[in-house]
Amino acid sequence: MILDIYSFSTLTANIDNSLHNVMAPWLAVATELVLIGLLFLIFYALLGLFLVYLERKVCAVMQNRIGPNRVGKWGILQTIADLIKLVTKELIPIKNADNFLFNLAPFIVIIASFMAMAALPFAKGLQAIDFNIGIFYVIAVSSLGVIGILIAGWSSSSKYSLIGAMRSGAQVVSYELSVGLSLLAIVVYTGSLQLSTIVQSQADGWWIFKGQIPAIIAFIIYLIASTAEINRGPFDLAEAESELTAGFHTEYSGIKFAFFFLAEYINMFIVAGIAATLFLGGWMPLHIGHWEAFNRIMDYIPSIVWFFGKTFFIIYIIMWFKWTFPRLRIDQLLNLEWKYLLPLSLINIVLISFVVLMGWYF
Amino acid sequence: MLLNSLTDMSEETINNVIIKEDDDYVVNMGPQHPSTHGVLRLEVFLNGETVKKLVPHIGYIHRGIEKMCEADTYKQVIHLTDRMDYLSAHMNNEAVCLAVENALGIEVPERVKYIRVILDELTRIASHHLWWSAFGMDLGALTAFFYGMRDREKILAIFEESFGSRLLHSFNTPGGLMHDVHPNFQKHTMEFVKYFRKKLPEYKQLLTDNVIFHNRTKGIGKMSRETAIAYGVTGPSGRGSGFECDVRKVAPYGLYDQIKFKEILHDEGDSFARYLVRMEEMEESLNILEQVADNVPEGDFTAKMKPIIKLPEGEYYQRVETARGELGVYIVSDGKKFPYRMRFRSPNFGNLFVLNTLAKGGLIADLVAISGSLDLVIPDIDR
Repeated sequence: MILDIYSFSTLTANIDNSLHNVMAPWLAVATELVLIGLLFLIFYALLGLFLVYLERKVCAVMQNRIGPNRVGKWGILQTIADLIKLVTKELIPIKNADNFLFNLAPFIVIIASFMAMAALPFAKGLQAIDFNIGIFYVIAVSSLGVIGILIAGWSSSSKYSLIGAMRSGAQVVSYELSVGLSLLAIVVYTGSLQLSTIVQSQADGWWIFKGQIPAIIAFIIYLIASTAEINRGPFDLAEAESELTAGFHTEYSGIKFAFFFLAEYINMFIVAGIAATLFLGGWMPLHIGHWEAFNRIMDYIPSIVWFFGKTFFIIYIIMWFKWTFPRLRIDQLLNLEWKYLLPLSLINIVLISFVVLMGWYF
Repeated sequence: MLLNSLTDMSEETINNVIIKEDDDYVVNMGPQHPSTHGVLRLEVFLNGETVKKLVPHIGYIHRGIEKMCEADTYKQVIHLTDRMDYLSAHMNNEAVCLAVENALGIEVPERVKYIRVILDELTRIASHHLWWSAFGMDLGALTAFFYGMRDREKILAIFEESFGSRLLHSFNTPGGLMHDVHPNFQKHTMEFVKYFRKKLPEYKQLLTDNVIFHNRTKGIGKMSRETAIAYGVTGPSGRGSGFECDVRKVAPYGLYDQIKFKEILHDEGDSFARYLVRMEEMEESLNILEQVADNVPEGDFTAKMKPIIKLPEGEYYQRVETARGELGVYIVSDGKKFPYRMRFRSPNFGNLFVLNTLAKGGLIADLVAISGSLDLVIPDIDR
């Protein structure tokens, strides 16, 4: 039923075939890996630049300002100028720092976000690896980033950094539970951990619509918990600037700081992408039950537009949080998780299992 | 009651003696730190995230203003007082002017009194705007900053129109004003009153009604009335603890005995009470402006003054209510054209040094919430 004209699978299959025709199988696979890696690197950098620009514009709108408007038309080249500044800046060596770990930390953070991106289905047939345990993989990999943050705080021999890192550790470890449990809600509905299967299961309606109330609860819990997991406001305690100047990356300068900065924005994209895939149908167009004509029209919008549209909608919500709420205190943050979100998600899982057993969903 | 609090205070002082232990985790907040609002250094002794004790270190912006006053005439001194609490520049000027006028027994024209009250209240609102903006930023609400600044700009525009400068206008002079105000001064003041009345609900939506904001400020940094009196905490911070210390009511100067306004008092003594006092004070200032701005009488903008003012030998004291509390000016004159000694009682000194008592036992985040709610201006302490 879904149109194949926008599918990327023909394109990728063609590339695969032609590579296999001209070279040995192992060489073809190696070339494909390199190609995909390069594509992701470019995509990663461009996406990071765009998200920084977007954040600055969104926050400008919320704050009665214009935002960047000098470099290029509407200031679109502003982030590129910033990047050049960051790359050419001096890397300040820190006295008493553990140099090996200090230099390693930004890479761990950025690699963790890089790995998580591999499993995201960007469009029909456009997914680097379709694991059969996709969700499990994403949760596992995205939580590696906190190790980088902890190492950064520990190795930079600064008190603010250490406090920031400890806060981040406590926060990410606790909120991961809620993130996992709210994702589990959709796994219960679909009975699969594979991201492509989950997207396919939403061909007749997105889970947030056909999953009844438990899906909506899970979606809201996921939004809150994932915002906390990526250390963004109002949960940005790890880098609470009015308390800890810049938290765990206080001592970082130049491109190493840029790595942390980039990873934060890419993590936001990943979190939003997962939410879009699981709750809002991923690249699946908006389909309503048996409205054939309506579904047909929706199919004419390319799947990649659907995915990025939904993802940026959620990114906008996450940005909206940051620019309107004051920051929580660390004990209030942990209370919110352990006393409210975690019990609620556990009850929600039971509720969903009941709904699925009784077949009370569309 | 007061005596009781003084004995408590002595016990408190003993407890507050700072002895550094080897395993103390000492964090220096400042002199360059986003939430100390100026060059203040707080030496914070931590246990995990909990503040065990803290020592404020001042003096990073000491400019010797009191000593410089001894080499300036009374008209020149005005310009130095601007630089103490730069957000209450007008009130600082007025304190010296009133002291000199009272010493000479000069009655300033009615017009001057009216304009001084208008400027007092405009400056107070502008100062509270900046405090509100910065307080929001301390708590991580970055958007609040721009809303406060947007409205403060309107007041600064009124100042600029009349005085040519926006912040430190040194518009007062002993005996009256430097020159007359701009013809549009009253009109624009009334326009601002109308404008800001409409904008106040936005402040409520952004911070006052926010649940996270309540959690961060309610019950945090509780200061009893006795502590406030013992440390000399005045202004909105003191009134948040129920200490009736508004100089405009207690010892009225200028027009304040003829104007109807109420002294804002809250009894809770926590950060939220101090916040509410300032928010309601802004509204009360608008009420005062409404009473005064339309009725400014015509007349001279200054009384007749000699070019060089010489105070008769003696000691003079005048206190006024700035945006942060009670500012006292103490002048010792030996009959010459320069003051023999000039001393200021700055409101921020007491407000800062109560910080250890309030923040002890709380978290770092609470420390920021408390110091923000005390509304400190450091140059006023160092002078």
